[in-house]
Amino acid sequence: MNTVLGYLKNYKKESVLAPLFKLLEASFELFVPLVMSSMIDRGIAQKDTSYILRMGLLLLLLGAIGLVCAITAQYFAARAATGFSSKLKHGLFAHIQSLSFTEMDEIGTSTLITRLTSDINQVQNGVNLMLRLFLRSPFIVFGAMLMAFTIDVKAALIFVVTIPLLSIVVFGIMLVSIPLYRKVQASLDHVLGQTRENLTGIRVIRAFNKQEAEAASFQKNNEALTDIQIFVGRISGLMNPVTYLIINGATIVLIWTGAIQVDSGILTQGDVVALVNYMSQILVELVKLANLIITVTKAVACARRIQKVFDVTSSLHPQEPSKEQAKEAEDIAILFDHVSLKYKNAGAEALTDIHFQVKKGQTIGIIGGTGSGKSSVVNLIPRFYDVTGGKILVNGKDVREYTQKELRGKIGMVMQKAVLFQGTIRENMKWGKDDASEQDLWDALETAQAKEFVEQKEGGLDAFVSQGGKNLSGGQRQRLTIARALVRKPEILILDDSASALDFATDARLRRAIRELKENPTVVIVSQRASSIQHADQIIVLDDGKIAGIGTHRQLLASCEIYQEIYDSQFERKEAAK
Amino acid sequence: MKQKISQKETIRKVLHYIRNYWILLGISIVLAGVTVVLTLYVPILTGDAIDLIVEKGRVDFAGIWSILKRIIGIVVMTALAQWGMNVCNNRITYHVIGDIRRDAFDKIQILPLKYVDSHSYGEIVNRVIADVDQFADGLLMGFTQLFTGVITICGTLLFMLSVNVGITSVVVLITPVSLFVASFIAKKTYVMFQLQSQARGEQTAIIDEMVGNQKVVQAFGQEQNVLERFDGINEKLRNYSLRATFFSSITNPSTRFVNSLVYAGVGISGALFAVFGRLTVGQLSCFLSYANQYTKPFNEISGVVTELQNAIACAAHIFELIEEEPQIPDAEDAVVLAANQQEGNAPGMQEQVEVNGTVSIDNVSFSYVPDQKLIENFQLSVKPGQRIAIVGPTGCGKTTMINLLMRFYDVDSGAIFVSGQDIRHVTRKSLRASYGMVLQETWLKSGTIRENICMGKPDATEAEMIAAASASYADGFIRRLPQGYDTVITEDGGNLSQGQKQLLCIARVMLCLPPMLILDEATSSIDTRTEIRIQQAFAQMMKGRTSFIVAHRLSTIKEADVILVMKDGNIIEQGKHEALLRQGGFYANLYNSQFAMTEQS
Repeated sequence: MNTVLGYLKNYKKESVLAPLFKLLEASFELFVPLVMSSMIDRGIAQKDTSYILRMGLLLLLLGAIGLVCAITAQYFAARAATGFSSKLKHGLFAHIQSLSFTEMDEIGTSTLITRLTSDINQVQNGVNLMLRLFLRSPFIVFGAMLMAFTIDVKAALIFVVTIPLLSIVVFGIMLVSIPLYRKVQASLDHVLGQTRENLTGIRVIRAFNKQEAEAASFQKNNEALTDIQIFVGRISGLMNPVTYLIINGATIVLIWTGAIQVDSGILTQGDVVALVNYMSQILVELVKLANLIITVTKAVACARRIQKVFDVTSSLHPQEPSKEQAKEAEDIAILFDHVSLKYKNAGAEALTDIHFQVKKGQTIGIIGGTGSGKSSVVNLIPRFYDVTGGKILVNGKDVREYTQKELRGKIGMVMQKAVLFQGTIRENMKWGKDDASEQDLWDALETAQAKEFVEQKEGGLDAFVSQGGKNLSGGQRQRLTIARALVRKPEILILDDSASALDFATDARLRRAIRELKENPTVVIVSQRASSIQHADQIIVLDDGKIAGIGTHRQLLASCEIYQEIYDSQFERKEAAK
Repeated sequence: MKQKISQKETIRKVLHYIRNYWILLGISIVLAGVTVVLTLYVPILTGDAIDLIVEKGRVDFAGIWSILKRIIGIVVMTALAQWGMNVCNNRITYHVIGDIRRDAFDKIQILPLKYVDSHSYGEIVNRVIADVDQFADGLLMGFTQLFTGVITICGTLLFMLSVNVGITSVVVLITPVSLFVASFIAKKTYVMFQLQSQARGEQTAIIDEMVGNQKVVQAFGQEQNVLERFDGINEKLRNYSLRATFFSSITNPSTRFVNSLVYAGVGISGALFAVFGRLTVGQLSCFLSYANQYTKPFNEISGVVTELQNAIACAAHIFELIEEEPQIPDAEDAVVLAANQQEGNAPGMQEQVEVNGTVSIDNVSFSYVPDQKLIENFQLSVKPGQRIAIVGPTGCGKTTMINLLMRFYDVDSGAIFVSGQDIRHVTRKSLRASYGMVLQETWLKSGTIRENICMGKPDATEAEMIAAASASYADGFIRRLPQGYDTVITEDGGNLSQGQKQLLCIARVMLCLPPMLILDEATSSIDTRTEIRIQQAFAQMMKGRTSFIVAHRLSTIKEADVILVMKDGNIIEQGKHEALLRQGGFYANLYNSQFAMTEQS
């Protein structure tokens, strides 16, 4: 909880001033009965109309001061609450950005989104209400008790018993409902997840006519959510009636005790009236408090969920450089040293004893069956995951000894899934390099075979890309993601099966253009197509997480059975086409 | 988006949802009435009891005891009534928002794809989740406090009238000021709440985009820039939020100030009445306490009103989605296409037509954006069982063809006929059931592998399912998974490789085998070895089935009956492989550039 509430620290001034002004307002409110009683005692008793008017004006004045105090309090509370939530969102968003692939895979996207949105909103409401009411209510409750002591100790003891009893009820209900509210939020996660999934799969769902089944299964989740919401509501709905019972029970005891005290001449009738009034004042405050408690309970449950995200930290830490490795191989760009990888919670190793090296400026091709571990190999180079055995050196230095920024700055990565972001083409391209010049962008687009269609777009580089690049075709998206990686003029360029939506001609032109780049980057190409990698200086054939062969096209063709099979299947057809 | 739904209209729509729970609502109102009357009655009894405590030696213990017993009974009843009311209100609120969520989701199922494609997922999700949530909070508060508030006001007014008409009229005269202030602020804040709700939607969209694609963000080391963009929207939201929160919270102190006006008014007029002997001091103090009782609900109501403002702004947001123009529904006399064993449930009035596999595209023009023409005067006639390969440079409009064939989008002009029927006059369900589709972007449902394969045919037997999986070469890897066919696929199929996902998508189609096929670069992520076998399976599957293949594989292309060469949305060449090569046009160029590359090695 410390971290979440810690974000309120920036609003110390507001967090103190808001309740303070609230207390001021409450104090002025406490004056009102005094003024009224003197109005009755002096004004009416002595038939002094001018006194009555003066006291009346005083009442108005108190009201006006109260108004000013209250508005001030509200302002500070609103400032603190919205500022707090905005800082918290910033913090959480930044924290999520820092998580590595392993943690992201584990937590899941949709729950992170609920936490960043609906959970934080609830906390914001909670903070706002808390600043406004949390001090005021206890202030009045205990104030009333103190006043009771000035009247009669014996009667005041009833207050002393009642108030802890009320606290037990209030906090008891809170304790029971906080875990339940967490369940509500988890259930909300399900509903959100399904809505998202339905939107992303909308074409398939419609193609299979599954709309009704989807709606029915949504309704099941939806009803589960409704049920648990009603259940929690029923429990927190106990608050008001139970406190009402206790207070009125106390009042009855109070009257009975009062009657005995009056009968023995210790108290007067007026004193009893005053005591009863104080008791009812407590009731009024408690009603307010009960409503507040529901909001605060929810806020606490949500804050816990947010805290949980903060508690997950990235498993990737840069290591102290080990001196021994220093500059052993200057011309080796990438070295996999008997690497193995096992994903978290996975049963078997995804990669076993992968060992190879790539010289600077070389092109390396990786080919292999589905699930053979091609993507896993390339994901290790920018250290998206940590190896579970062996090590990987980039330019002779262990990837774990680089800072993330330094390491990833060297690498241009094009992933299987072509993701673009809402904004202009230019903005998307600049992801590669923030200060890229106009010429850099066009050069990259040209290499990626994207220049032509970008030029044709209205606005060229400033043409708008909608979310996920939905207004572009798959091939256009892929070429833009390639261009994006090229903009930074990377030392190492990784293409993870990223030309799959391109036709052969474009694919071939693309590879030729990359080979002709004057920066001469080291290129790693993952592909299903033998033709895409056959010119590589070195080809790695993967099978079930292990290396089944390394060598040039000719060598492999001669020695590697799996490679032969793959190549023949394509070569044969092309021969036939001649 | 259409212009904002007005506040009044939104309330009317909310009431429409509440109407389904009118019994609960009735009970809730009755219980609220009981609660209030009993609550107001208790002080009178208390007063009576106090009147029996006069002074030393003059205390009527027997009388007090009998009054206290009555108070006990009433208090217990009040507490029960209050609890019952809370329970009712809870039920109404959560059922109502459950209904709204259901309707929103159902609506998504019939929205035209155009809407979904042009809105970010995050924005739509935000409406279904966050907006509905906020609305629930407001609605619940509205129920619990609005009712009791209103009834308390009426009750006290009656009690006051029974004591003194003059002072009561002072109270009644000042009341409108309170209402005026409240509604004035409410109107102002409604605008703020709408802005806030909008900014929130924007923020959710960016969260969805960036958190959803975090891997790319990290690969490019863009964390800082993304954070800055996020902060921009975050700051905007903070500004709106601050104003919305502040202005709405002004309502409460303002109405409280009006209350002190009432209190002072009662005080002064009451005291003056008392001076002229028209009122006893006891009555005055009773009056003052009632004046307090009377004005307190105004505080609460004003608090509720701001909550409701927010709730209604959110509701308006949801209703915008729910009332979005749906796709044109199927005509009542729409034709049902009967695909092989497809359910024969044509209910009488609908004509049933056997799918024979002819497709003709007649002079079709289409574009996503009105002023950017994409497909123009497209003409194509497909005979049963033919294979149509659609080839062309990337971005030539191939994917668009699928959108049109499946009727995800409607054509702008011209028409598409399947088995001689204009597809706009065929039920969508039967049209789509006639096609088996494998899309370029694999999508799997979270659920088991079994559920995913059987998506198109939930009643498939185990043997049928395994046969389909084997035919698409998915059986092997599925069996190697920890729970085999019952392995649960996580969100977005994260625990499967791209190729494995694609195999599952193929198995999904393999199982129901509709009479026509649409294959969109289906095999692009599958390794070549598997691909060959899949090609064979496909060939089997395509036998006698009209197939549209958006393909880059030469083998597929060469085996096609008709090759459509597309460029910039138009078909520029059409024919068989050899003929097109001989023609020496665009296709020949395309083919040779690829071929030359293989030679080069």
